Order: sequence, then structure tokens, then C-alpha cells
Amino acid sequence: MHDAIADLVRDGDTVAIEGFTHLISFAAGHEIIRQRKRDLTLARLTPDLIYDQMIAGGVARKLIFSWLGNPGVGGLGAIRRRIETADPAPLEIEEYSHFGMVGRYTAGAANLPFFPIRSYFESDLPVANPLIREIASPYGDGKVFAVPPLKPDVSIVHAQRADAAGNTQVWGLLGCQKEAAFAAERVIVVVEELVDEAVIRADPNRTIIPGLIVDAVVVEPFGAHPSYVQGAYDRDNRFYLDWDAITRDEASVQAWLGEWVYGVADRASYVEKLGAERIASLKPWPAPSGVVDYGDYR
Amino acid sequence: MSRSGTPASVTRGTPAAPFSKSEMMIVAAARELAGQRVCFVGVGLPNIAVNLAQRTVAPDLELVYEAGVFGARPARLPLSIGDPTIVTGATAVVSMYELFSFYLQGGLVDVGFLGAAQIDRFGNINTTVIGPYHHPTTRLPGSGGACEIAINARQVFVIMRQSARSFVEKIDFRTSPGNLGGAEQAERIRREGGWLGRGPSVVVTDVGIWHFGDDGEMRLDSLHPGARLGDVRATIGWEGQISPDLTMTPAPTDMELRLIRQELDPGGAYTS
Repeated sequence: MHDAIADLVRDGDTVAIEGFTHLISFAAGHEIIRQRKRDLTLARLTPDLIYDQMIAGGVARKLIFSWLGNPGVGGLGAIRRRIETADPAPLEIEEYSHFGMVGRYTAGAANLPFFPIRSYFESDLPVANPLIREIASPYGDGKVFAVPPLKPDVSIVHAQRADAAGNTQVWGLLGCQKEAAFAAERVIVVVEELVDEAVIRADPNRTIIPGLIVDAVVVEPFGAHPSYVQGAYDRDNRFYLDWDAITRDEASVQAWLGEWVYGVADRASYVEKLGAERIASLKPWPAPSGVVDYGDYR
Repeated sequence: MSRSGTPASVTRGTPAAPFSKSEMMIVAAARELAGQRVCFVGVGLPNIAVNLAQRTVAPDLELVYEAGVFGARPARLPLSIGDPTIVTGATAVVSMYELFSFYLQGGLVDVGFLGAAQIDRFGNINTTVIGPYHHPTTRLPGSGGACEIAINARQVFVIMRQSARSFVEKIDFRTSPGNLGGAEQAERIRREGGWLGRGPSVVVTDVGIWHFGDDGEMRLDSLHPGARLGDVRATIGWEGQISPDLTMTPAPTDMELRLIRQELDPGGAYTS
């Protein structure tokens, strides 16, 4: 992880750590904080706890997003302080809706100049963000809104498994991991498990990202905690609830970063510090899928 | 109040079992989903209301979560609307692109169930900022999928706590359109823009149930037991319309309360 972040994330980059609640690479976010990257533009539909922590860590000057909160719990204090009172520094924001952000990644991935959607009618969002523009259909049947392509310098996605070439498989919520990866200049894939190429080839429908576009594969078990990995570990809702208190106060956020980010060398140390009992408590009961038969056509 | 003469009996309910205002709100919201087929579930209070509905009045309700799930059958109440329990046992898990493009914008959603920080008499919703956009006194979460749900779901249900700060004469930011400045304008704009949705149809609060009249304005149709018309007056920022046929919301049944307390929200995260 150290080398992937050092080599592929540069000061001033636009970085997208995607994953909708599921598969959020906290391990990569923490490594970016530890390496004291600066002036990043952070893009994500839901900034979640990871961007609250990264923004408290001082890595970002700008945030591109569509829903800013601690899902089901409350607010993100470090980000709110930057926006509401410029404390400790102002934070530039560029705001969309979820479909707008999905459309932006899709346009970026598909090399389109914009993406048209039927959102934003009679909303103040296009006033707040003039990059959201109303356009007429070229076929004369009404108006839609356009959003511009988003092409991150680096997209980072967490996944259940990949092979050494970076062919990556995901199950559970897919979010817009695929779109963010295809839209990016550089891609880092972080996985729970490195598998043989034969495992990938045995189930090709599950591959969302081909190794063709992947620049680094990092094996980091439990690297998505406190978010979750379908089938491997549950969302650590206790931590999401705890963060609600931590994030209310800048000093407690910094103390947390000191203990859990700067105070640990890497993800393995974080997992060790978390403890076997906490980790065991997040293990789900098994619910395997049935096996499908692709057929052998020799 | 623009209308009075409400029977005194509706202001004095005697519930069978003690329950909180939040529990009454969630139960009333769940009952509104009777007969509905496909519901797009917003974050927060809508989440518990639809999960209660699926266990009571609407067992065939298809839950759509913006995270990319159609036909969720959550075994536990998801704290977050991206919880792993909405995946296991679902009919389909799709990318967010497919969810928003094919399911929502394609017109398959009957009810979009939203929360709100501020709402006005015409059901226009603010979830973005309190104060000016660039210098907010309170920065709220923003749209998420709400502004597209408000336009593309066939109708919109809202669940939120009622207070002078949330039920306001003028919202600070229109994140998601309701009936705009009234029914006439809203109907014209929806027709000209080819919107699939007809906008808000009900707002359920901790005080009562509001439906939208022909003028596009919300009207209090039912008052929850224990609530008084004075509570309504004190918690909205305009001269609210009260139905001449105002009724009292039936109190939560033992089964509804048991489902909330034992199965859906034993920790009291939504109901405290």
C-alpha cells in the first residue's frame, strides 16, 4: 500500500475512493493521510467517514460529492467546520445529486463530453453549481440537464478478490466502482484476497474491472473497515456511531488520527490494534450463492 | 389556522399502550404504504417506515435502495441504506447507473419515500443548507438521490418531525421540487417537462398526517393521539389548512409496537 500510494497519488491530484457504503478503502485513505499528500481534490458520491478523516488530515483543498453525511447516524464534523466556518481552512465544494455523480463517472469512462439526465428540474442545485446545465434535446423533444465528465487522476476501489494482473471481482453492492475505475487515469485495486487467474476465469461475469486498466493491486485484508465487504465482514456500525461523537470536536478528531492513523505503520498494525474479538464480532453467517454452469465448449 | 370548528374529541386520544411520538409517526407512515408496489427508500426515517410496512400492511412491497438493490428483503433494520442485509436475499443487485437509469428514470418506482430538513406548504424540500448556500449556518447532507426521486417517482411520500424550524414559510434552498408555487404551476411544468411524477402526496410527521389538496397545498387530515391542534399551530410557519373532516390517527397496535421495539429498532436509534 505504501508504494502504491507513494507512486500513484500525487499532490494536487483528483482522487476518487469509491464504494457506496460497501467496499470503501479506508486503508488507502489512511495511507494518503500518513504520507501527508496535499491539495487533493477528493471525489465521492458519499464522502462518508473516510473523507471526513482525510479532510481533517489536511490532504484536500476541494470536495466533489452528492451526499455529505454519516449514513443513518448524523453529520461529518470536520468537513462541516471547513464549509460552515472555514475552520481551520476553507474547503471548495462542487455539488451534484447521486445520479449526477454517476453520470459524471459514466461520461468520463465512455469518453463523452457530457451525460444527460432527467434530474435538477426546478431544483436550486444548478444555481449553486453552474456546471450543471440545461440543454435541449437535439431531436426536439424537450430538455434535460447535462453534467460534465469526471476523470479522476486516480481511482481507488476495494474488492473481494483480484488476480495478480488486477482482474477484479466484486459481489454485493457495486456502487459506481466500475465507472470510477474506467474513468480514471490511474487505478489502484485493494483486495481482501489475491487469487489465481483460474479463479477469475471460472466466473467471468463477476469481473467488474479488467487488469488492463489497473496500475497496482494491493492485498489488504480488512482494508475496508469500518465499512464492510459482502460475505467477509459486516459494517462496523458501532464505529460509525462512535464517530458521531469524535467528529464534533477538532481536537478529538486529531487525537483519533494520532492514535489510529499516524500511530500505526500500516493496515496490518491497525487490524492488530483493533483486536481479534472486534474482528470476530463482524463475521457474518455464510450464505453462499448457488453454482452456475458456464459450460465447456471444447 | 384557516379553518376551525374541529371536534374536541380528536384532540384527546387515549392510547391503549404507551408509545412515543416517533413511534406513532413511523407507524402512520408505514400504513400509508398499503397497496403500493415499488418504493424507493430514502435514508433515515423512511428506512424504518418502509421496513415496518413490509412486515405489516404491504408484504409484497418491493424495496428499492439507491445503493443498487431492487426487491430487498432485509433480515434486520439496516442502519445505513447501503447495509449488507439489503443485498442478501434481494431480487436483484445492480450498479447505481442501472438503478437510477432503468428503475427510477425508466419509471418503475411508484413511491419515493423521502426525509427532509425543511419543507414548505407546497411540499418543496430542502436537504442542502440552512442559511445562504455559500455561507451556510448549517451544512446539511445535500440531495443524494432526492432531487431525481422527486421528479421521477410516480408520487412522493415524506416523513419528518414537525417544528417551526422544519415547517417553514420559505425554504432556504430548494433541493427537491414539490408542488412549486401551487398546483397550477406545478402541473404545467410537469406536463411541459415530461416528468413522470405527480409530486408529493403525503407528509407524515410526529403530529399528524398531511395530504395535498387540489390547490397543491398540504392539508392536515389526521391528528395523532395525544397531539393537539395547538401543537400544529406552534410547529408550522404558515397558516396551515386543517381538513373539515379531521380525524384522529388510530394508535399503534401492539403488533406494530412489538415489531419496532423488538425487531426493527431495539437500540432506539430511530425512535428515541
